[in-house]
Amino acid sequence: MKKNKEPLILAVVVIFSLAVYGLVEPYAHSVLHQKSLSVKSEGFTYPDLPQITKTGDVARGADLVMGAGACAGCHSIDVAGMPAPMDAVSAAGAYGVNPPDLSNAGAVYDAKFLAELIKNPAHALKVEHKYTPESGKMHPMSQFYGAGGDMDQEVADMVAYLQSIAVKPADLTPAIAYENACGRCHEVSYENWTQIGTKPKFKHEKDSLAFDIKVMEYQDSLKAYMGKLPPDLSMYIRSRGEHFLTSFIENPQGHLEGTAMPRVGVTADAAEKVIEYMKDAGDTKRHERESVAVNVMIYLVIFAIFAILWKKQVWRDLH
Amino acid sequence: MAQFTKATSVKDWLNQRLAVEKVEKVMASEYWIPKNINFLWAMGMVLVVTFALLLVSGIFLLMYYVPTVEGAFYSVNYTIMREVDFGWLWRHIHGVAASVVFLIIYIHMFTGIYYGSYKKGREMIWVSGMLLFVAFSAEAFSGYMLPWGQMSYWAGMVITNLFAGGSLHMDGVVEWIRGDYVPAQAFLGRFFMLHVLLIPLAILGLIGLHFAALRIPHVNNQDGEELDFDYESKKYLDGDKAGSKVMRFANDFMSKDMMVVAIYLLFFFYLVFWNYGFAMDPVNFDPADGLKTPAHIYPEWYFLWSYEILRPFPVDIGLIAFAFAQVIFVLLPWLDRSPNTTPANRRGLFAIWFWVMLVNMIILTAMGKLPPEDPFSTIGLYSSLLFIAQWLILPIITMFEKKA
Amino acid sequence: MKNNSRRGFMGKAFGAVAGVGAIASLYAMKKSWDPLPSVKAAGFTTLDMTQYEENVMITEKWRGKPIFVLKKSAEVMEKEKGNAEAEARNIKVGDDNFMIAIGLCTHLGCIPAFRKATNDFLCACHGGKFDASGLVTQVPPPRGFDIPPFKIDGNKLVLGEVGPEWQAMKDNGVTL
Repeated sequence: MKKNKEPLILAVVVIFSLAVYGLVEPYAHSVLHQKSLSVKSEGFTYPDLPQITKTGDVARGADLVMGAGACAGCHSIDVAGMPAPMDAVSAAGAYGVNPPDLSNAGAVYDAKFLAELIKNPAHALKVEHKYTPESGKMHPMSQFYGAGGDMDQEVADMVAYLQSIAVKPADLTPAIAYENACGRCHEVSYENWTQIGTKPKFKHEKDSLAFDIKVMEYQDSLKAYMGKLPPDLSMYIRSRGEHFLTSFIENPQGHLEGTAMPRVGVTADAAEKVIEYMKDAGDTKRHERESVAVNVMIYLVIFAIFAILWKKQVWRDLH
Repeated sequence: MAQFTKATSVKDWLNQRLAVEKVEKVMASEYWIPKNINFLWAMGMVLVVTFALLLVSGIFLLMYYVPTVEGAFYSVNYTIMREVDFGWLWRHIHGVAASVVFLIIYIHMFTGIYYGSYKKGREMIWVSGMLLFVAFSAEAFSGYMLPWGQMSYWAGMVITNLFAGGSLHMDGVVEWIRGDYVPAQAFLGRFFMLHVLLIPLAILGLIGLHFAALRIPHVNNQDGEELDFDYESKKYLDGDKAGSKVMRFANDFMSKDMMVVAIYLLFFFYLVFWNYGFAMDPVNFDPADGLKTPAHIYPEWYFLWSYEILRPFPVDIGLIAFAFAQVIFVLLPWLDRSPNTTPANRRGLFAIWFWVMLVNMIILTAMGKLPPEDPFSTIGLYSSLLFIAQWLILPIITMFEKKA
Repeated sequence: MKNNSRRGFMGKAFGAVAGVGAIASLYAMKKSWDPLPSVKAAGFTTLDMTQYEENVMITEKWRGKPIFVLKKSAEVMEKEKGNAEAEARNIKVGDDNFMIAIGLCTHLGCIPAFRKATNDFLCACHGGKFDASGLVTQVPPPRGFDIPPFKIDGNKLVLGEVGPEWQAMKDNGVTL
């Protein structure tokens, strides 16, 4: 009776295949992306930013935001009935980007970040390298120099107000998170999202083209402001992957030193929602893939069992 | 006109016109296969199944794919992946199958080398098989162009640049191949034609040739024993199924084939649903941009060993080494001077030659993916030299092999 | 030769399992042929019914087909009085009366031309004629214009959605 060499042969085939896979995929990618793989997330704790030491008062904050803070001079606040001073395209022409609506800023952004942003935007956003004294350029968002009292208290009040008008964290949707934190620079064409909002359906082609032209004008201002047009993020979840994107959102400078992209200062939860939005755009069918997968694998196990049983029956006579 | 009689049954009617029973006997129930084989002999059927998966998934992709530089990326990543019901499934199957088919091809090829299944009457099986390897390589390359991502564009740019012939500077040839100065609409259109029509036709023809070449010599066996198929098959048909050294293709061998296929499908679909990154490289999810080269360009894993042979040498020598690597495997039946159809482990030096070749090709594959810097480029250089040397000494070591 | 019948059984059983897989695959393939969501979503056209002029025939688009919208003047309505067939086809939006139809001849599908002088339609292909109510006045068309599913929403009309008026027309055989 000949010795059955098949287990040994199978082992050899499997070992060599795994060796090829291991070298070409995980090992090679760790070498090719050594730099970016070494960037670790800090859990969106922003350790470089100071803690808020004062307890914020919502009513005082409302007064400041509407008044001395001069926020409404550039920013709309839809939920508070404050309209935008300019349309998005003109605003971009003036400032480079459209100043965001602040209705949900309190839910999307980290409180420490908001506080620092109000006091020193270029520092919070980590774009000081762009706004050096030599460059002669000033950050489009001006600093808050205080309303005469304790600035830390005033800033804490403003942050508290913003948090009070925003949606509750549990109600923060992926779309709100993305459109607030990323949407004014990055379009997501696969979700019909442009920098000036979701593109509506137009009956007449002329109106559709007019909208497209507005988007292009905005993008021209944005490109001049940023140096190049921020990319369309539709497929970034598949081209960059979740790990890269998470650490990138937390600190763009960590991956692309000297980049013009600001740190957006989102909370850990908002970052998760942004990633989910990007998955909805670039990996839309993932849930269906998972459920179909289970059914197919169960079927294939049954298929294999029947195949093995048939083979055994046929071969009983042959041995 | 041949004699036709009134048919006694549907089978008889078909037999008189198409000889269906005879065909069935020749191709299936009386196509005798040695029993002394292992599961590696099922790789042919695994390849047929994988090719079928590629054809079927390809048909559904073809329904929605738009072969223009403006529309291609969107048609794949939006229309097919998001809009078409199960579009994502066809795409994943197609991408994973295109990669896994080469794993099976290499296993199939090295099985043939190990057991000497290219000798003594089986040369045409080997040659048609190598032609199939070339055809599948061309099919894979042309297919990779179609999503028109960054890797599609830049791989297209680099590989067509090879045809400039190094110092020959045949830029005209390169432009002719592309139909333009750079990979653009003309390039995409012709590779679409190649991928969807011309190369699949060639593959189908070559598969026919491959099967035809196998029929007369019959399938080899684990000991390379020359069997008297007439004698053994008579034993079988007389009732001694257990004593005969052969079995029917259908259903004896087929049932084992199906078992191997079933286990293979478990592995295959695991990859399709959960581990497909190796087959769908992230870089290709960026739309093609002729003004921006990705940080790292590399071919698919199955081309890496031959890509690595190209890299360590100055351009002209590299191109010659590369051409050598593509062609040399075909010449195996004539470079192996020993007449022994014996498994490698019983062929002395050839066994060492075999395992060194296999391991070396894996090293070349790994180096081909790694950046061209030390220590990888040095290892790659020595591996390439070893590869060439092994083929040059093959005639010598086999010439002195003891006759089995 | 024991196990012969069991062997046959196992082979058939395996074949049956393989068949289940084949049917499941065919189901997935059938679904891949289905019209895409974007196609189905584009299957609705909203018309603003306040923008039409009397006796001026406007051609809109719905699901790739031409849609005739003709606002009927008082004279046309007077002529229709008493003609049950014509009155059943009338579409009333607010105070206005319309003939709305799929602009394809019910004979073999050509697009009939509107003749302003006679306020009717003439199909160039085989000479069929339809009046301002959409009824056939000259064969060979076998029936009046087909009416697309519609739903009245204030001053707007949504083609592609089924409203009670259209449902009634369908049930009464006014349109297919």
